[in-house]
Amino acid sequence: MGKTLFDKIWESHVVKHIPDGPDVLYIDRHLVHEVTSPQAFSALKAKGLKVFRPEKTFATCDHNVPTLGQDKPIADESSRNAVDSLAANTAENGITYFPLGDPGNGIVHVIGPEQGIVLCGQTVVCGDSHTATHGAFGNIAFGIGTSEVEMVLATQCLLQSKPKQARITVDGRLAANVTPKDVILHIISKLGTDGCTGCFVEYAGEVFRDMSMEGRMTVCNMSIEMGAKGGMVAPDRTTFDYICGRRFAPSGTAFDEKVVSWQTLKTDADAVFDKEYHFEASDIRPMVTYGTNPGMGVAVDCVIPSEAVGCDAVTFDKALAYMDFHKGEPMTGKKIDYVFVGSCTNGRIEDFRAFAKAVGGRRKAEGVTVWLVPGSKEVEAKIEAEGIGDALRAAGFQIRQPGCSACLAMNADKIPAGKYAVSTSNRNFEGRQGYGARTILAGPLVAAEAAVTGRIGIPSEVR
Amino acid sequence: MDKIEKIISTAVLVPVDNIDTDQIIPARFLKTTSREGFGEKLFYDWRFASDGSPVADNPIAGQKGVILVAGNNFGCGSSREHAAWALHDAGYRAVVSSSFADIFRNNALNNCLLPVKVSEEYLADLISVLKSAPETVVSIDLGAQTISVPGVGEESFDINGYKKECLMKGYSDIDYLLADKASILKYESEHK
Repeated sequence: MGKTLFDKIWESHVVKHIPDGPDVLYIDRHLVHEVTSPQAFSALKAKGLKVFRPEKTFATCDHNVPTLGQDKPIADESSRNAVDSLAANTAENGITYFPLGDPGNGIVHVIGPEQGIVLCGQTVVCGDSHTATHGAFGNIAFGIGTSEVEMVLATQCLLQSKPKQARITVDGRLAANVTPKDVILHIISKLGTDGCTGCFVEYAGEVFRDMSMEGRMTVCNMSIEMGAKGGMVAPDRTTFDYICGRRFAPSGTAFDEKVVSWQTLKTDADAVFDKEYHFEASDIRPMVTYGTNPGMGVAVDCVIPSEAVGCDAVTFDKALAYMDFHKGEPMTGKKIDYVFVGSCTNGRIEDFRAFAKAVGGRRKAEGVTVWLVPGSKEVEAKIEAEGIGDALRAAGFQIRQPGCSACLAMNADKIPAGKYAVSTSNRNFEGRQGYGARTILAGPLVAAEAAVTGRIGIPSEVR
Repeated sequence: MDKIEKIISTAVLVPVDNIDTDQIIPARFLKTTSREGFGEKLFYDWRFASDGSPVADNPIAGQKGVILVAGNNFGCGSSREHAAWALHDAGYRAVVSSSFADIFRNNALNNCLLPVKVSEEYLADLISVLKSAPETVVSIDLGAQTISVPGVGEESFDINGYKKECLMKGYSDIDYLLADKASILKYESEHK
């Protein structure tokens, strides 16, 4: 029987197998941010240990940072302390750190690929569930807890049991107003928030082959929202072209040699997955969520289901009550108060290009607050270099500075209680974007439509 | 690390599916760099309104026990280990559900908080018994890998032999890895 891409990468990283237990798995790249690492660094210090392989760990601050006035000290004391302790911990251990304002700074899952830190065929971990993003490059990438961050810092290894495997194939061609975000929201709405729990997913088929790296990152990023350990796309020419020339990536003949080995990173034709799912591109339309988990999604032109989907009736009713939505109501036309474009899901340059193009010649709607938050300094620079910033400012929008921002509202970017926010982020959990905030997840085109009309609507075809 | 052998207690019942890590501990409480005191923040937004006043229909009010019984897909969402720290710090030693998010499950196991995965049928029966008789005592035996509850019966649960031994003897993964640096160095020399 053939092997999956996942099998091949996993097996090449097993240091040893523990009988009736997990594997000791070697980790190639470790990404670190200020929220889930301080306790790991202090535990290490308490044991009298230093970081074992500091050259394999890279750090950035993103969760706590303000998205305005980044040249000034962080006003919130505990946020400032968290960022300061990351600076101290990385300096003490010789870890590359991208501080606030550095050209390499940004959201950990945006800068990892952007700086060429993350390549192909690697094991990549970070104390953050959206580490799944890096599977877009054909990697085994997954989120870990702080105890595990400590293990990687101390030994460059983790104890992991090999998960089951699922393949999700989407064939056909997407309509012009359907984005990668709509693809993954569609998949999660069908499989549910625990549809792939215990599994690692490979995305296959024409839709993912045709997708840009930014799009593949958006899809892999949300694998965790259906419970998957991670998600991956086999690397191809699109992947290699993206990596070529990036700061920490190999260059010259070293890069060419790598590409030769990366080209073998494919699932064998006779490999067998534990689960197989198939979707048709033509069935996927622009999506929004109506509830309080990412599986509670429908096409924009559909109504809210009349009975519980993906959970029991009590949980479903609780979610609708929180949103103040009702069964059978259409999503189109619903009034919204905020729009947030950003996050490790949709904070890349392609997302801002799509948003700007969809805005077209229109202006920001009166009474709608719009936060456009680039995923990194590099994305911010491109927004300006390409004239997107000027065009959007002329249309009444403001471009903020990079960070996780309103995705989880650890900084000052909080959606007020009871207000509706169309967000290109990844979670619509109760209180996620602020106490009592009501989140409607969507892609950048639906976000643009909401930003200029103040309502949920179907984006026109813009590509 | 603590050890687990048997956990015998009344249970705190929250029969809601998909309890995510933002419910367990909201992100705004993750700014601290220490590992202490998260128990006070557990299920914070269920317990307190935005002005700090107690929430009238707080689902855990008045319930006592060190075993949490929750709906399907417990711990989905973020990788924040703070969720496991908060539960453990608040006194919980086990969570019973019909499924757990993978990262939460690992975090719990690394903090001596036992995730007990039962069948959907067993969970439904357990919820119904606890609803009618909240004082029912739940017994979890890690050695035998069983959960038993009067009126519900007994069911076995899975855990690999390595992790079971860790929990019963108080070993941690990092100690295991540090004790075998030789294998790691050998792997590195063979994979340059």
